[in-house]
Amino acid sequence: MECSFGITGKDYILIAADTSAGRSIVRMKSDENKIKALGPHLAMAYGGEPGDTNNFAEYIERNLRLYHIRNHFPLLPPSASAWIRRTLAESIRSRKPYAVNLLLGGYDTTTDLPHLYWIDYLGTKAIVPYAAHGMGVYVSLSTMDKWWYEGMDKREGVEVLKKCVDEVEKRLTVALKFNCIMIDKNGIHQIDLSEQDPIAKVESQPQETAVEAPNPPIEVGVQA
Amino acid sequence: MNSVLTQIQPAASRLHQEEDEFANSDPAAWGSMGGFGNLARNGAIQGMSIPRVQDPTAFLDMHTDNMSSNPEAKIKIAHGTTTLAFKFKGGVIVAVDSRATAGSYVASGTVKKVIEINKFLLGTMAGGAADCQYWETYLGMQCRLYELRNKERISVAAASKILSNIVYQYKGMGLSMGTMVCGWDKTGPCIFYVDDDGQRLKGDLFSVGSGSTFAYGVLDQGYRWDLTDEEAQELGRRSIVAAGHRDAYSGNTVNLYHVRENGWEFINNYDVNELWYEYEIKKKADREAAAPAASPMAVEA
Repeated sequence: MECSFGITGKDYILIAADTSAGRSIVRMKSDENKIKALGPHLAMAYGGEPGDTNNFAEYIERNLRLYHIRNHFPLLPPSASAWIRRTLAESIRSRKPYAVNLLLGGYDTTTDLPHLYWIDYLGTKAIVPYAAHGMGVYVSLSTMDKWWYEGMDKREGVEVLKKCVDEVEKRLTVALKFNCIMIDKNGIHQIDLSEQDPIAKVESQPQETAVEAPNPPIEVGVQA
Repeated sequence: MNSVLTQIQPAASRLHQEEDEFANSDPAAWGSMGGFGNLARNGAIQGMSIPRVQDPTAFLDMHTDNMSSNPEAKIKIAHGTTTLAFKFKGGVIVAVDSRATAGSYVASGTVKKVIEINKFLLGTMAGGAADCQYWETYLGMQCRLYELRNKERISVAAASKILSNIVYQYKGMGLSMGTMVCGWDKTGPCIFYVDDDGQRLKGDLFSVGSGSTFAYGVLDQGYRWDLTDEEAQELGRRSIVAAGHRDAYSGNTVNLYHVRENGWEFINNYDVNELWYEYEIKKKADREAAAPAASPMAVEA
């Protein structure tokens, strides 16, 4: 019973994922972070086959970091999504495919545009304004269809996300807790959905809410 | 046998053999494979044999009850266990039962399900006994090599990742293990859960095995961070007894370990049945002491 959401707004992306991890009927952990920062303005929520998920996420994370170190510039969201999709498409045709689904969100600092990609283990990629993976699809896609509109500001986006999480808590038989981040021009921020106005905290305490992202220093390599 | 062979071999061929001795030897035998001297040229673990059939995985699946596609299979792999470990202010408590079952047969009641990897690391055993024992012993070797190479003890996080990387390589090939790597490193007490899916979770409290649900039932309700050492040991013991009572595949005895800053300590081995009846008697006595004595008048009325 996994669940993740992604919502784009005017100048930001929101990603939320549930935090439970377990085996068969037992929940062994209720605070597992299933969102990974892949760069200063790129992150993904991942789910699927246990074991595959973490292994694949770390593989992606390290390769994107390597790209950043080599080129002194991170891979932009459209290119990163293409590379990740291709990795999964090659994997599905291999002897042991990765069974991992993801929502990739990124803020393009060159065009100041938010990007959200829905990617599944078959190597399907869809460019979407809002999306869900897992059980959230059945209860919350309609919620987003109704309340999402283009160019929402941050507070409006959080309200839509809260509606989705609320619906999951109402209609799914399992209780899930959610972990949420927001990516904007300043980077990745932790969002506490239990707060009345989580955006206010991000604005007033940008340091405390910042999520550490792989961000190599510019001065990598040979020095004079 | 060997000496007889050498005797009947012609002298000339023996000489030839001596000349070729180094030419044919594998560099792996000289320990020149970056410390992985026990690995074959193709990177596999030497001496690990697999069934010589078209599809070893399907073969094992058909003949063992392990992957549950054929629970009636003739080879019953020893599993059915309760193990638990939790962190608290005084370190880590590790408690396990000691029953090994093969199908409905109790194969042993004195199994050591805690594997002492080194002075600071413990691994627990749930699932296939052989898989856990083999790979955790192997993990112990890798941890020792890490120590020799880096002049520093390995962290629990790194040790558990070595194990999870190994089992992830073998994913889907029939390994069966659910283990907790517990210990104390620079960061303090630490527990990682590693299973045959390749899943690796860091946490404060875990229980693994067929009796884990029963153990969780007692453990979760009695757990606090600021337990005293005695309270924590008692909680671990009581949780295993609860599982040993309810789960047919767990029981016999409890093995209790306590990990502190200076390494692990084996506390004791306790009989599950004896403890269960002790607890029952104590519960009854406590209830009688708590309830006011029934008045004789009430009986008459």
